[in-house]
Amino acid sequence: MARFPFSAIVGQDEMKQALLIAAVDPSIGGVMVFGDRGTGKSTAARALASLLPPIMAADGCLYGCSAQDQVRYPDVCGTGKMVKRAVPFVDLPLGATEDRVIGSLDLERALRSGEKAFEPGLLAKAHRGFLYIDEINLLEDHLVDLLLDVAASGENVVEREGLSVRHPAKFVLIGSGNPEEGELRPQLLDRFGLSVEVRSPKDIEVRIQIMRLVAENERDPEGFVARWAGEDDKILKRVAKGKARLTKLEAGDDVLRDAAELCLAVGADGLRGELTLMRAARALAALDGAKSVTRKHLTAIAPSALRHRLRRDVLDETGSTVRITRAMGELFG
Amino acid sequence: MNTPDAADPLHADPLGDAVLAARLLALSPRTFGGMSVRGGSPARDALVAALGGVIALRRLPGHVDDERLLGGIDLAASLSAGRPIRQRGLIEEAAGGALLAGMAERIDATIAGRLVQALDDGRAALVLLDDAADPDEAPPISLTERLAFACDLTHSREWRGVVLDAAKATLGQVAPLDDDALRALAATAAALGVESLRALIFAGEAARGLAALEGRARVGKADLAGAVRLVLAPRATRLPQQDDAAPPPEDQPPPPPDGERDDQSDSEQQQQDLDLSDILVEAAKAAIPADLLAQLAQGKAPRRSSSSGTGHKRKAATRGKPLGARPGMPRGGAKLALIDSLRAAVPWQAVRRKEAGRDAASHPIGPIIMRKEDLRIRRFEERAARVTIFAVDASGSAAAARLAEAKGAVELMLGQAYVTRSEVALVAFRGTSAELLLPPTRSLTRARRALAELPGGGGTPLALGLNAAREVAEAVIARGRSAALVILTDGRANIAADGSPGRPQAKLDTEAAARAIMARGIDSLVVDISARPGPEGAELARAMGGRFLALPRADARMIQAAINAVQPIGKAA
Repeated sequence: MARFPFSAIVGQDEMKQALLIAAVDPSIGGVMVFGDRGTGKSTAARALASLLPPIMAADGCLYGCSAQDQVRYPDVCGTGKMVKRAVPFVDLPLGATEDRVIGSLDLERALRSGEKAFEPGLLAKAHRGFLYIDEINLLEDHLVDLLLDVAASGENVVEREGLSVRHPAKFVLIGSGNPEEGELRPQLLDRFGLSVEVRSPKDIEVRIQIMRLVAENERDPEGFVARWAGEDDKILKRVAKGKARLTKLEAGDDVLRDAAELCLAVGADGLRGELTLMRAARALAALDGAKSVTRKHLTAIAPSALRHRLRRDVLDETGSTVRITRAMGELFG
Repeated sequence: MNTPDAADPLHADPLGDAVLAARLLALSPRTFGGMSVRGGSPARDALVAALGGVIALRRLPGHVDDERLLGGIDLAASLSAGRPIRQRGLIEEAAGGALLAGMAERIDATIAGRLVQALDDGRAALVLLDDAADPDEAPPISLTERLAFACDLTHSREWRGVVLDAAKATLGQVAPLDDDALRALAATAAALGVESLRALIFAGEAARGLAALEGRARVGKADLAGAVRLVLAPRATRLPQQDDAAPPPEDQPPPPPDGERDDQSDSEQQQQDLDLSDILVEAAKAAIPADLLAQLAQGKAPRRSSSSGTGHKRKAATRGKPLGARPGMPRGGAKLALIDSLRAAVPWQAVRRKEAGRDAASHPIGPIIMRKEDLRIRRFEERAARVTIFAVDASGSAAAARLAEAKGAVELMLGQAYVTRSEVALVAFRGTSAELLLPPTRSLTRARRALAELPGGGGTPLALGLNAAREVAEAVIARGRSAALVILTDGRANIAADGSPGRPQAKLDTEAAARAIMARGIDSLVVDISARPGPEGAELARAMGGRFLALPRADARMIQAAINAVQPIGKAA
């Protein structure tokens, strides 16, 4: 089934911005989307994948290795020549087994030829792409730990069932969930680069517009995708340009100071927040085609980069976003 | 305040609407995702039978495994054939029709996750039979959210003559909704507090479906009203804010089960002066299910079905449902998972025979060569499962000054509990009853709401509070987790276990309740937060073999710190 075009998603600007930033700079560390059901979280995440420029990967490689991966992991990849392939997007179902995620003994080959072979799991599939977990707050703890470990190291090490395999697994983790149904551990939250909150649009006109588009897509998916292809292509080009520009951009001392002051003011724990804030501001500048990273980029991305890192004060009902906005108002005027 | 649909005899019995929903579903299973049908009545059996006559229904047993659901290698067939044999999964087999899941409130999270993906990709449609008896039980919300229709046939008194015709119409023959229709639907959804866009989209398609069933090419008012009734009304989270929200007449004479929809024109004539969205809101009001209506009228949140996560983990634990097998030695209480161990060993037989110097081909049959690494052990609920149950005295004597602090302390401990992945439950007692405000949960959001809504005042039914807390603790223990009680009270009971006032009896009952807690060996802590602690709190703690803290002047933070010092939340169970 054709995916809903990214550019046809109405509203939800913060989520779209965060996803694009993660696409420009995957090292930011993933996006967590909080929100109610039926707000288009999954749609946006899935739409993003089909939007991205293709990658070069070793032909026939089960892991989608890049040229560098080929050198680092000669055992798993081989020497296939580089061909274009789509950015992978893996949808991790709730209740996926550990076997499915990390990979397991290839039963078919074991049965057929008595051969001990590794059947790559979802982590391998997600390499260089996106791993999307809907309702990540409901995921079993041991799987969450495993995912974090791999996401942080960029490598999946399998030592089980008599197998011993090491393969690259660098991916952007996109999680979504509804905090009403269980919180996410702060240790896990902190690993996400950006977090956004989505709400159902309240504006009737916006809701009508969404219904119209969805109905149109339902009637004629191919035609619909084709109609939006131009818009999607523009975004794709922006992302590609942003990626290229990213290496040339560096945040100046003034922006670094702003970032440090802001983190201090809102009480965002740890250095990770500061680093992410800076990286995200840089990625946003790259996406916008700006010549330098400015305070404008910093403030635009600060809520997404920091809201999940504030120390939680359960007695203070003030939302994280409000606290950040207030601090920015006081600091930067 | 008569609406066209309340007057329509076809729709007085819930079966009428359920049949209509089924007809729509049969029209395009993929568009509507499916329906959930609550209540095991003859009406439901008749409906399912009739639906099975027009689209293929494939039963989905609760114990289905991944391979059967999604397809994969058929291990048994492969072994006997000596080559891999693939089997199609149920989802694939049900393509074009729908999967039928009985006891849907017990669907396992793993399976729900698979089904969600299949629904999202348009690979499956689902008919859920919801047999929940307990209001806390419901099919996973992640599934019901993705199904257009939800019907409750618990009170249906009809079952005869349910027949569905094979769909002759198609959705494609009906024009898209115009702006007025879209706007009216959106406004109605807003009035009912239905936020999900999915619901709104379903409503639009349902309106087109209704027009298609009637052989019309354009969506009319009656179609919109029908869509509101079928899709939006069951999802209402509040009553439309209008004048007289009188509940619709509940018991109307049983109508003929099926028939033609007619005599709409008269009532439409009467309604003509009304704005379209007003008509729709009226239609919705008349169609909000009675139990939902009662809850909404009381200002309570509707049956928030157990979220797929917590609910399922809870159920899984009750049934002792294993999480799957892991490699390991069956010792220290761990049980051998025989099938999984065999499964792990079988693929290696050819290799091992070779290694053992036997020719696999000439000795195809022989004892299975097992090795240590093949052994699998069963895993059960494995989280650090400790549940701290707070029993908060919200009576007049305790509440006057200290309820706010107690609430604050509970919130703080919750904040901490969610860090350590332990869970918290909340029992409040006041007046003549005790109530479980919050079943064991990890959600700070829900807990905060439950606390905010907790009123104070009235007598102190301490015995009832203790009993309620003990029951929660027993349920927790029965699920293989450990429970600890924290009781915030002044200990001055004045309501007996039967709800009658009187200190002496209240005191006796309280002691009995406390001893029952001690007998069950439940960890307990009594925190006396009254301004002038008397001896009652300490006596209570002694009676239940627990610890005691008197904190007359502490604020929320100090209470939390003190409770923590005595009883760290989330310590290993």
